[in-house]
Amino acid sequence: MSHPHRTQNIAFFFLLLATLLIVVPVGLIVVIIVQKGLPAINGQFLLDIPRQGMRAGGIFPAIVGTVYLVTGAIIFALPIGLLAAIYLSEYSRENMLTRLIKLAIVNLAGVPSVVYGLFGLALFVVFFKFGASILSGSLTLGIMILPIIITASREALESVPSSFREVSLSLGASKWQTIRHIVLPNAIPGILTGTILGLGRAAGETAPILFTVAAFYLPRLPHSIFDQAMALPYHLYVISTQVPNVDEKTRYGTAFVLLALVLVMNIIAVVIRTKFRKKKKW
Amino acid sequence: MGKIVTKHLHLRYGDFHALKDVNISFEPKKITAIIGPSGCGKSTLLRVFNRMNDLIEGVRVDGEVLIDGRNILDPLMDLVALRKKVGMVFQRPNPFPLSIYENIVFGERIHGDGASRDELDGIVEHSLKSVLLWDELKDKLHASALSLSLEQKQRLCIARLIAVKPDVLLMDEPCSTLDPQATARIEELMRELKHSYTIMIVTHNMQQAARISDDAGFMLLGELIEFGNTVQIFTAPQDRRTEDYITGRYG
Repeated sequence: MSHPHRTQNIAFFFLLLATLLIVVPVGLIVVIIVQKGLPAINGQFLLDIPRQGMRAGGIFPAIVGTVYLVTGAIIFALPIGLLAAIYLSEYSRENMLTRLIKLAIVNLAGVPSVVYGLFGLALFVVFFKFGASILSGSLTLGIMILPIIITASREALESVPSSFREVSLSLGASKWQTIRHIVLPNAIPGILTGTILGLGRAAGETAPILFTVAAFYLPRLPHSIFDQAMALPYHLYVISTQVPNVDEKTRYGTAFVLLALVLVMNIIAVVIRTKFRKKKKW
Repeated sequence: MGKIVTKHLHLRYGDFHALKDVNISFEPKKITAIIGPSGCGKSTLLRVFNRMNDLIEGVRVDGEVLIDGRNILDPLMDLVALRKKVGMVFQRPNPFPLSIYENIVFGERIHGDGASRDELDGIVEHSLKSVLLWDELKDKLHASALSLSLEQKQRLCIARLIAVKPDVLLMDEPCSTLDPQATARIEELMRELKHSYTIMIVTHNMQQAARISDDAGFMLLGELIEFGNTVQIFTAPQDRRTEDYITGRYG
């Protein structure tokens, strides 16, 4: 005799268990880092330079370095990514070339981040002679987040109803005027969301900046884009593995700041998206 | 000679022969209706006149289409000028997600060279008056166009078109999403607009064609079967197929 009800309950139980298993690690990470890192957070930790071989003082140069790198990456990746997305979704026709470009974008997203680091080292640091610098690091991070920005922008552009394009053209607007006045304004929230998610990714990665910009210890702020800089993820790696006798509190404090930075960006992205969904009525 | 004349017009999508040797002449300042069952090519024919079929890949158009004596199928034809002159009202009302005001001045913004605020206000007032919306909407010009009723949206779309100062209005089943009262009011508006514009309407609603048009054409499977005065088409059709369609034997 079979018991459909009991079988169903068992199935539900396993489905629920699988779902909970996803939530548990996220919750634990946040709880542990907040619990161990929060006590380290104070004015001095956030605004002072590292002292005593990074065992005391603060992480200000690393925060500033990460902000610079992320800003540089976006200055580079947003215009190129957006223009590429406009080309792909509005202008290109389906042919060998566009298929190749789309394939390249998908593959670019799958390249391990350490490979980006090596690529940045070879191209920007050595070949273009930018040296290990904020410029090299930003460009490397920019290339890494290009696929995220292109994919998000394309989705945003393609979600604008084609009837808007048709009307605009039928009123005598050129293709570019249609994009500029009708398509882009309606796609901006989606583009912004994708960009911010890309920013979060750029802020958290260690490998791409490892060879291209990150300074082991640089207790001052960078002066120009050709300077090296400290960055939060690399600093965390250094004080966790390379420097003996660093307080657990300092390590988790650094992790907390990094996590908070990325989390805040993701929350901003979610807020923009929900606001936009409420406004959208077509 | 008519305002718009087609000569041996053929249109193909890949292998599909959508318009077959269409020869037709549209008189100025009249309403001409094109009727026929779905898929007969009537919308495709309409979209020939503002070259909207160009947007579809793999379309081939042969023959001649003369508007005011000029062949608009000429590859050198200025599409911006053509589309300013020949405007289109779509089946589904499709205002932009902008304010009522911004919808109407859209054409001026893209074609004009920086009209002053007063000029723009004038365009908005004139266009809304032309579609009999001014009294209803004059106090909420900056409200979203998406908040309007379907009928108001369709009128707004016509106003947006009038603001571009066209000559010819192409209407692709403009009432198919509206209720009978709204349809009657839009038809009234079309009779009003006929004094200033050459109007071409595609409809699968035969009563509508009979009510508003001066001339009518019946299409079937890409061919123009019969064309002539509306009264004659509906009372004494010459072709057996036209008679079958208007008496409801198919379609």
